[in-house]
Amino acid sequence: MLFSPPAMHIPDGFLSVPVSLVCWVVSIAVIAVALRQTSHTLGERQVPLMGVLAAAIFAGQMLNFSVTGGTSGHLLGAALATILLGPWPAVLVMTTVVSVQAILFQDGGLLALGANIFNMAVIGVFVSYAVYTLLQRALGGKQWGLYVSGFAAAWLSIVIASLACALELALSGTSPANIAVPAMAAIHAMIGLGEGLITVGALALIAAARPDLLNREKKSTGSEKGMVLGGIAIAVALAVLSPLASSHPDGLEWVAEQHGFIDAARDAVYRIIPDYTMPGISNTALATIAAGVMGVIIVFFVSYGIARAETQAVRQEITER
Amino acid sequence: MRELYILKQSLIHQTKATVKVIFTLAFVFFLSLTPSGAWPAYILFFTISLSVVLFSRLGIGFVLKRALLALPFVLAALPLIFFGPLPHSSITLYQGFQLTYSPEGFERLASIVIKSWISLQAAILLAATTRVPDLLIAFRQLKVPRLFVAIVGLMWRYSFVIGDEVTRMLRARSSRSAALTGSRHARGSLLWRARVTGGMAGSLLLRSIERSDRVYAAMLSRGYNGEPPMLDAIPLSDKDRWTLLLGLMLLTSLWMLGLLTGG
Repeated sequence: MLFSPPAMHIPDGFLSVPVSLVCWVVSIAVIAVALRQTSHTLGERQVPLMGVLAAAIFAGQMLNFSVTGGTSGHLLGAALATILLGPWPAVLVMTTVVSVQAILFQDGGLLALGANIFNMAVIGVFVSYAVYTLLQRALGGKQWGLYVSGFAAAWLSIVIASLACALELALSGTSPANIAVPAMAAIHAMIGLGEGLITVGALALIAAARPDLLNREKKSTGSEKGMVLGGIAIAVALAVLSPLASSHPDGLEWVAEQHGFIDAARDAVYRIIPDYTMPGISNTALATIAAGVMGVIIVFFVSYGIARAETQAVRQEITER
Repeated sequence: MRELYILKQSLIHQTKATVKVIFTLAFVFFLSLTPSGAWPAYILFFTISLSVVLFSRLGIGFVLKRALLALPFVLAALPLIFFGPLPHSSITLYQGFQLTYSPEGFERLASIVIKSWISLQAAILLAATTRVPDLLIAFRQLKVPRLFVAIVGLMWRYSFVIGDEVTRMLRARSSRSAALTGSRHARGSLLWRARVTGGMAGSLLLRSIERSDRVYAAMLSRGYNGEPPMLDAIPLSDKDRWTLLLGLMLLTSLWMLGLLTGG
């Protein structure tokens, strides 16, 4: 599990700072609402239920089945958590899973964590909730309707989340939209199939063993109706936006904007240090060499200091004996 | 599944978790802010992370190798070489074959790879030198909502229990699915395999929901009243504050150097 990071966990360095920060703001707002909603509906049970289920989704990602050759399908779990727990608890569960993966296992970056939460815990959950509820309603609670809507929710949530991931990469100037969007969508359309199949299998078991868990959907509150609309809006917006973005690869005006951001900061620095005439800095090659030499000297002294401390410690241990 | 924490006696291990969390986040933030092609700044950022690795006594090889974890993601940025910003230049590989590439795109790709490698080193250092309970206290001190920290803490504890359960399920599956070698139908159809795995996922979730009931009952019987119990954080000492201040100043000046030298 540790060494096969799913393609959707963006590491640090791939997203520009403005994109990361915007994703953070949106994710934090959604998490705040989710915390309030779940502590309203679940009360004291919130912490144990969310905690244990997050652990289950986290560990459940080890469940895999071989598809063909070396590839294997495995569970990501956003759709399953949404169907079982309802949308707001699912947002919290997925946020917890993604955060722990980033902080403790470096699966996805720290600054990029906001974007990863946004893709997997916000978009993934919203879209699967909207698709699942709408299809359930349209198909009228039949047994096969459950499987169809479960599969569609799982597949679409993954594909839409990957579109969001591709757009974020394109906005950061990391990956041209006309390549990133189709590539991500194609890969995740395959991954989504595995996810959909597992979700259907899980739903079949749950429908047989604990049908009561699947029938709680009836009492939908106002905020959850809003979530259905939000989920549809996200899905439609991303589905429309991504082909648009990829047919205009020179959506690089975004990149230009980012350069504007850097230039503004650079101007500010020049203003702080007005007659900035340190020799060598005007020449990047010389500056690089200087930085390299400085780095080597620092590391040398650090290692030297540590080596001395170490030998002293050993000597002490010997004399104490 | 294994914790990354590695017990060593070192300066970095003894530093307060809050200081390490703030410094790591600031490090990644300033490194991301540094424009592409600012090689001198990258070298110095790398020097910082390398020095901390040396101080932490984790072993250079371990950290640098583990930091390659994000390498597969580089594929996402690879098109920059050929489709990066204009002007493109071309090299002749073989008579008749011309390879056009974007020098600026190449520079950006190299910067992204270097940045992500150094950022990962910082993240690894944080996780490998700080115990999870200390990390949770640090997040609490940084005003992350109490409920969320409590959920993460509980999740961490139970992920080992449930991880063991998953391992047992996988073992049970393989011991019940005898496979002929060489036959195409040896392991059942794709749909069958998916259904079995789905059943495992479903029963894992059911068991976990039931387990959470028991956990809740156990918490209630020990006096849980909705307020997750949490250790109080030790407030930052003056020394911690100075360490942080100096560290942040260092990072800011490196970032400025990056702005002045970067492309």
